[in-house]
Amino acid sequence: MTRIALARLAHARSGDKGNSANVGLIAYRPDLFPILEREVTAERVKAHFGSLVEGEVDRYELPNLHALNFVLHGALDGGGTVSLRTDAQGKVLSSALLRMEVEVDAVVAESVAGLGRVPAGWEPGSADRHPEG
Amino acid sequence: MAERRVVRVAGGSGFWGDDLDAPVRLVEGGPVDYLVMDYLAEVTMSIMRKLRDRDPRGGYARDFVDLMRRIYPVCEERGIRVIANAGGLNPTACAEAVAQAGRDAGVTGSATLGRVGIVSGDDLMDRLDDLLAAGHELANLETGEPLSTIRDRVRSANAYVGAAPIVRALELGAGVVVTGRCADPALTAAPLVHEFGWDPSDYDLMAAAALAGHVNECGAQATGGNCMAEWWTTPDYDTMGFPVLEVEESGAFTVTKHPGTGGRVDRASVTEQIVYEIGDPRAVLTPDVAADFTSIHLSDEGNDRVRVEGVTGRPPTEFLKVSIAYTAGWRSEGTLLYTWPDALAKARAAEHMLRKRFSRLGLRFDDVHTEFVGWNAAHGPVAGSPPEDLPEVQLRMAVRSRDRDAVERFTREMAPLVLTGPPSVTGYAGGRGRVQEMVAYWPALIRRDAVEPFLTVEVVDV
Repeated sequence: MTRIALARLAHARSGDKGNSANVGLIAYRPDLFPILEREVTAERVKAHFGSLVEGEVDRYELPNLHALNFVLHGALDGGGTVSLRTDAQGKVLSSALLRMEVEVDAVVAESVAGLGRVPAGWEPGSADRHPEG
Repeated sequence: MAERRVVRVAGGSGFWGDDLDAPVRLVEGGPVDYLVMDYLAEVTMSIMRKLRDRDPRGGYARDFVDLMRRIYPVCEERGIRVIANAGGLNPTACAEAVAQAGRDAGVTGSATLGRVGIVSGDDLMDRLDDLLAAGHELANLETGEPLSTIRDRVRSANAYVGAAPIVRALELGAGVVVTGRCADPALTAAPLVHEFGWDPSDYDLMAAAALAGHVNECGAQATGGNCMAEWWTTPDYDTMGFPVLEVEESGAFTVTKHPGTGGRVDRASVTEQIVYEIGDPRAVLTPDVAADFTSIHLSDEGNDRVRVEGVTGRPPTEFLKVSIAYTAGWRSEGTLLYTWPDALAKARAAEHMLRKRFSRLGLRFDDVHTEFVGWNAAHGPVAGSPPEDLPEVQLRMAVRSRDRDAVERFTREMAPLVLTGPPSVTGYAGGRGRVQEMVAYWPALIRRDAVEPFLTVEVVDV
């Protein structure tokens, strides 16, 4: 088994509801979803966020979208307008979750090695179809 | 073979302050039947209150009036109707300003755009004490505390209302509908119910309508904006195509965007928006339905088209959500930039010095928050140990307090460090920080029968 960052297996989006946040975690490929289900438990997510999340973590499954949804209670230091954090609305709790390390076998590790990272040679505007604006 | 009937609903705004040109690209760049504009976030109503306190004719998103001034002619030419929650705390004043913009644009008497609809009655502020006296506790959904603990500091209180009153306005011939605090997805759901004659008690159809609204309500977040999956392949962020939903009578719909615009519509971009700001996916609540997002089926058809179908729903609850905003003291923040070598050590020494000064000055803060930008500002403890000898680190400190004077003094404490504190520091050219009043959010529930009979729908002629 090899330890790799969750960022190799999944992408994510997060947002706020009052003083709670949610993180939707989406597998890059259907075959990676069972790994998320096995490795990314509510308990591990709660431990990963440490003092950022005061309350409990609930996990929900959306197998139809190869996704998990985590609700992080008390994650926003009082909520969007009161929080003194730069990320007062929990917009980047998504990428924070992707820093978590999970165990996968060597074959999976090799198959996801390039996922979630900007490829070599990329420059801003490389993907543009209308480069002149 | 007859073509399947499709109603095209475009989402032109994710919040008050979104891309001003996006709705113009939507109405000019391809076929659209309805443009919906979401302006309201959780605490926007409290900002509207400040505006209305300053000017009794204010308290709504004036940007929407400016937008209508720009797009009335093309909407008239193409038969596009517009629905917006821009009314905020003053839907009537907003609608009157829109009607005047319509007169200026020459759409008086138009069959499509000759009337502006107004949905109001969501504002509970004037009835708050009556509601409390009648036993509506409006307890905080997160903490359980009764509203009485902050009653004297409440600045706004609005119920989230559903699609029905907007449907009524469309039935009355409104070409533009202005609402107050309606639920964001209702802006998209209402024209679908109106066009297809959907039965509001058919909860699978209402779930489809709510899901369509959920996909639309954050604008470009469905079409490649803020999309993490292979983000470097997203073309032309500068001309983002906002979502256009092609909805069929069955409730199935296709998410797409206009040709020639930037961004991308694919499985990843749509899925990220579907899971955005949800709780239990089996019961995503709107005033109209409890939608089961675990029943959604997506097919990525390529060419910036994703088909969404299969969603099911159940009846909504007996309650509506209420968004209450109350004043909660004062806040400010400041930054200083420390440079190599030992940038982080210098920034930490500066923080230490400032905290000692706050203590010596007897400043009472409810919280003093420190971030080291370049290391842990966004991810906090998740960021792990700092990298070896960062080239530069920005110290960011923020405070909050019920004592305005303490916060005012804080704004004068950071700048002196460029001469009095640890070395190789810069970045205080912006001057002193501002003292800002904090408005906190108090989510609550209220029985429908305390709100729905009070909703009103009117139309004004352009």
